[in-house]
Amino acid sequence: MNRSLVVGLAITLLVAAMALLSFVWTPYDATAIDIPAKLLGPTAAHWLGTDHFGRDILSMIMVGSRNSIAVALVAVGIGAGIGIPLGLLAAMRGGWLDEMLMRLQDLVFAFPALITAIMITAISGPGAFNAIVAIGIFNIPVFARVARGAALSVWSRQFILAARALGKSESRIITDHVLPNITDLLTVQITIQFALGILAEAGLSYLGLGAPPPDPSWGRMLFEAQTMIGLAPHMALFPGLAIVVTVLGLNLLGDGLRDVLDPKR
Amino acid sequence: MIFRTLGTSARKYALFALTALLLSAMNAFAARSDLTLAMVLEPPHLDPTAGAAAAIDEIVYANIFEGLTRIGPDGAVKPALAASWEVSADEKTYVFHLQQGVRFHDGAAFDADDVKFSLDRARAPESTNAQKGLFTAIDEVEVMDPSTVRVSLKYPSGDFLYNMGWGDAVIVGRTSAAGNKEKPIGTGPFKFQNWAKGSQIVLAGNPDYWGEKPALDRATFRFIPDPAAATAALLAGDVQAFPSFPAPEAVPQFQADPRFEVVIGTTEGETILAENNARPPFDNPKVREAIAHAIDRKAVIDGAMFGFGTPIGSFFPPHHPAYVDLTGERKYDPELARKLLTEAGYPKGFRTTLKLPPPTYARRGGEIVAAQLRAVGIEADIIPVEWAQWLDQVFKGKDYDLTIVAHTEPNDLNIFARDDYYFNYRNPAFKALIAQIEATSDDAKRKALYQRAQGILSDDAPVAFLLQFPKLGIWDAKLQGLWKNYPIQANDLTAVKWTD
Repeated sequence: MNRSLVVGLAITLLVAAMALLSFVWTPYDATAIDIPAKLLGPTAAHWLGTDHFGRDILSMIMVGSRNSIAVALVAVGIGAGIGIPLGLLAAMRGGWLDEMLMRLQDLVFAFPALITAIMITAISGPGAFNAIVAIGIFNIPVFARVARGAALSVWSRQFILAARALGKSESRIITDHVLPNITDLLTVQITIQFALGILAEAGLSYLGLGAPPPDPSWGRMLFEAQTMIGLAPHMALFPGLAIVVTVLGLNLLGDGLRDVLDPKR
Repeated sequence: MIFRTLGTSARKYALFALTALLLSAMNAFAARSDLTLAMVLEPPHLDPTAGAAAAIDEIVYANIFEGLTRIGPDGAVKPALAASWEVSADEKTYVFHLQQGVRFHDGAAFDADDVKFSLDRARAPESTNAQKGLFTAIDEVEVMDPSTVRVSLKYPSGDFLYNMGWGDAVIVGRTSAAGNKEKPIGTGPFKFQNWAKGSQIVLAGNPDYWGEKPALDRATFRFIPDPAAATAALLAGDVQAFPSFPAPEAVPQFQADPRFEVVIGTTEGETILAENNARPPFDNPKVREAIAHAIDRKAVIDGAMFGFGTPIGSFFPPHHPAYVDLTGERKYDPELARKLLTEAGYPKGFRTTLKLPPPTYARRGGEIVAAQLRAVGIEADIIPVEWAQWLDQVFKGKDYDLTIVAHTEPNDLNIFARDDYYFNYRNPAFKALIAQIEATSDDAKRKALYQRAQGILSDDAPVAFLLQFPKLGIWDAKLQGLWKNYPIQANDLTAVKWTD
């Protein structure tokens, strides 16, 4: 059994379970402001303490995970949903279409991901939806590139030639032969992009470009903790840990999957 | 060879250390004469007679530019470029006797013609002065001789000498006025030296100053918009003073540190939840009353300002002699708020928006106010905006439902009498009262009128009054002479000096 796969999977499932649980139960209302109880350290009543408005940090992290996961999920969905077909198309057709698609990708790549996201949210205003679109757009060329590269190597294999000789259409070859052969690679890429999506969401909401208050988000929790670091270090510690652990879990899962799925090992 | 090299560099180092020691010993005898201060916002330009931004006055007032009179640290009117003055019996004629031997920083001599030029320029129809109201009482400015000016008023004005002390009423040079935005030329004890946009502005002592020369010969104003960076800059000693510190939560840390002095003062900043009185449902007085009762000022002050600031019940500073405490008139009472909403026809509340500019008090205060409004059924969606957007959309465009902002000008009760102001509040009785205050110079009568005006605003609740903004001054404990309070927007450096 692959150790990083087990640990990664366990952490990922735990975070997912926490997000699901937050729909039905949190220790406190994550948006309930209780000023007299502000900046309490971890206690039996508030396991992870309270923030500067007296909100329960554990509840905020639980509800915030929903936001992080949703943004990352949809962003990866947009990226994979548009990027993979584009990559497959480019690999299949080659020629000027391949050239054009790849140069277009270069164009998107030329802008750093976060700058692109800031630009999009600056134009269309901050909000969870815009953050999703911004991160999703950057994911498109990532998936397109991986899909194209992997598909190209599959297209040159002999069994494709055989399938062609049997008269299979190009679209059938893609769904029957190319796609199944590159699924491993794409699965690994999805977990990596998912982790990056979580980080990007935290980055955007740290900059005030994510979901507006009162909905809690991990990035904004870090931002708010910044000036309180001497006063209440737990305000920065726990959301920071939540991000680190989640991203670590997803990366371990990705590593594990690659090891397990790679036939060469 | 390696040993040789090491030996030389060690000797060099020892020499360097010795020189440094000597230099620092010399420094101990000659008192330090430079200062780096920090401000949150960078000014758009540096002409106080052509802009409303407080950041302009916070750099140039009393340092670069001077007026006929000036406002002191206690808010009292003092002589400045006018050494003395006489007021006629009917209080409609002021004769100012000007200081002698004053020169502008470009070498031009200052005389009565500059005074006439400055006042006429400020009140001209095409003037871009942000506070034209300061000059409305003026009928005519006459030059009697090069050092005497007579100002005739249309009506007696109790505020006239005070108004002439504002940053917007400073005296500018006839030849240099046009360039003041980029290269301000005044008569003050400091000269403008350079401006590294986005970073800092440097002033140098004026060796030809007409009055008592200040102890500092160099002052740098650095701009630090981020509260976390503000704390770090002070702790590291990069800046030695933050006259208006932006992170109230970090204040206790500085209070406990003997290297710093923390001075909590007052400002003229009435902080309010503004409501668009022209837009439903805020055109309904009952809705506005409900909002006033839905807000717990104490929670806002404790949560957003960490306890700094004073609750207000009207648009008037608590340190003013004419202040009446009306916070009890609109008490925090969510039950009553819900009842008023039902009477207004909104038994289930309503949905609206709350636009918040960047300062911490607005963003944090806004979250708390939104939660308090939610508790009585009003769902206010928070929309964070940048300052440029706020000025454009809210202040100029009046496109907003609710917003939070501090109004930092002194003596600004009259904004509620302006028809074109962004509150869209119109009350003829209040307007008449403000006109009456402006034409009254008797202190006791003015006080009574001011109190009536405060009462009207509390009753009408055109906006919800939150708190009087505090001045959180933090500076090096060895520094003396910075203002405790902000009776006017200014960081006057004329009396600032280093001790020991």
